[in-house]
Amino acid sequence: MPNAQSGFFEWVWFIFRTYAPMFLSGAGTTLLLALSGTFVGFIIGLAVGVVRTIQCRRADGLARYLLLKIVRGILAAYIEIFRSTPMIVQAMVIFYGSAQLFGITLPYMLAGFIIVSINTGAYLAEIMRGGIQSVDPGQQEAASAIGMTHGQTMLYVVLPQAIRNILPALGNEFVVNIKDTSVLNVISVSELFFVSKTASGTFYRYFETFFITSVIYFVMTFACTRLLRVLEKRMDGPENYTIHGSQTAPEGELKLKGGSAQ
Amino acid sequence: MSEPILAVRHLSKAFGDHLVLRDVNFEVQKGEVISIIGSSGSGKSTLLRCLNYLEIPSGGEVVSHGQVVGAPGFDLTKHRARVGMVFQSFNLFANMTVLENCVVGQVRVLKRGRDEAKQNAMRYLERVGMAAYIHDKPRQLSGGQKQRLAIARALAMDPEVLLFEEPTSALDPEMVGEVLSVMRKLASTGLTMLVVTHEMGFARDVSHRVVFMDEGVIAEEAPPEALFTNPKQPRTREFLSRYLGSNA
Repeated sequence: MPNAQSGFFEWVWFIFRTYAPMFLSGAGTTLLLALSGTFVGFIIGLAVGVVRTIQCRRADGLARYLLLKIVRGILAAYIEIFRSTPMIVQAMVIFYGSAQLFGITLPYMLAGFIIVSINTGAYLAEIMRGGIQSVDPGQQEAASAIGMTHGQTMLYVVLPQAIRNILPALGNEFVVNIKDTSVLNVISVSELFFVSKTASGTFYRYFETFFITSVIYFVMTFACTRLLRVLEKRMDGPENYTIHGSQTAPEGELKLKGGSAQ
Repeated sequence: MSEPILAVRHLSKAFGDHLVLRDVNFEVQKGEVISIIGSSGSGKSTLLRCLNYLEIPSGGEVVSHGQVVGAPGFDLTKHRARVGMVFQSFNLFANMTVLENCVVGQVRVLKRGRDEAKQNAMRYLERVGMAAYIHDKPRQLSGGQKQRLAIARALAMDPEVLLFEEPTSALDPEMVGEVLSVMRKLASTGLTMLVVTHEMGFARDVSHRVVFMDEGVIAEEAPPEALFTNPKQPRTREFLSRYLGSNA
């Protein structure tokens, strides 16, 4: 064991060796929370985004109109509240609030998962709305014109394009969540920051321990960012495609490679 | 005369304070090819879009098979499936292949089996000369090809009547011909067509009836030879001389 005269890296190496299993499980928990929270947040954002695009007209009947107005109000409040308060505060309010008001003591992990999901959902709902709006409205009109319902239009025409458009933002949200799940240490979720606190406390070696922690965070987020970039490139489809000439002017054919004609 | 496929009665439409259509009346008989002409802003497109309820009329009614479109209990989905539409800006489904564009409506709206829908789609894609491109995405097509695909997509629903909203206005001049020739072919098969157009040649040679619209009303309505050679209204004369003077 190093002593008080030992150097920085001696301590780093010692703490890393001693607590490697803890760091590993903490990093695992962090990744699991970020991944599952982003996924469920995406589902929430998708649902909220779609509901917010439903046209609501007085002509469709008063009951339907009022119901839609109320649902929209609730969704708008959800988005505004969760985007305007820090996740660390949301964690405290939800965890201790559910215990005090409803007598439910949530398991730490479950509480963390719920908080990340609904927080991410609020952000992604807005991003989803933008994604839906980015799809040319003419296509929705064409879908209506062949008799498709709003739901069918969304499912088969708009969402496949909208989701493709928001993929970069979705990946970004995931990377943010890897870092932001650290705030869940306030409700004792044993993610990477929480285990680091534990590890640093034994020998009062905060700098050395959190140096290790920051390296682990960096490796995780950097690797994910690169991975997402590769995925995005793939989703763009083949770089080469052909724009056909018309029947009357077949010489108009263009072969495109990497976005430029050749 | 038999019962019309579509009847428009006292139709009006306002966008805010701006009255686009006022008291429009007309009927569409089965097998008719009708061209609607007039200057920009005369209400041609709005009239067309009221027929399939993409625009909701402010007053009056559109009647289909004896039923008022948009009335409580009216089956709008069925009505829209029966009334096909071809748009100026094509509005193809960008995430689908050429074939899928023509299949999705049949499967999801008409509840046809996928194989049946594909066969039907192929029939129409061949008719518009697009069968060679079925696996391409719309972004790979030229403007003329896009519009021919849009026509096949509408036809695949086996509609009673096809509405064309300035189908050649967004096309390069050299591509107008291929789309018009498809439309001529369709007209000769007895399909009921309503064509909002600036192509006076098409209106004169192909249609049975020409409707001239001006400032939200039908100013004149006549068979093409009568309307083009002997227009009754001064404003029709003025419009035609302006148009044919610069285009003929």
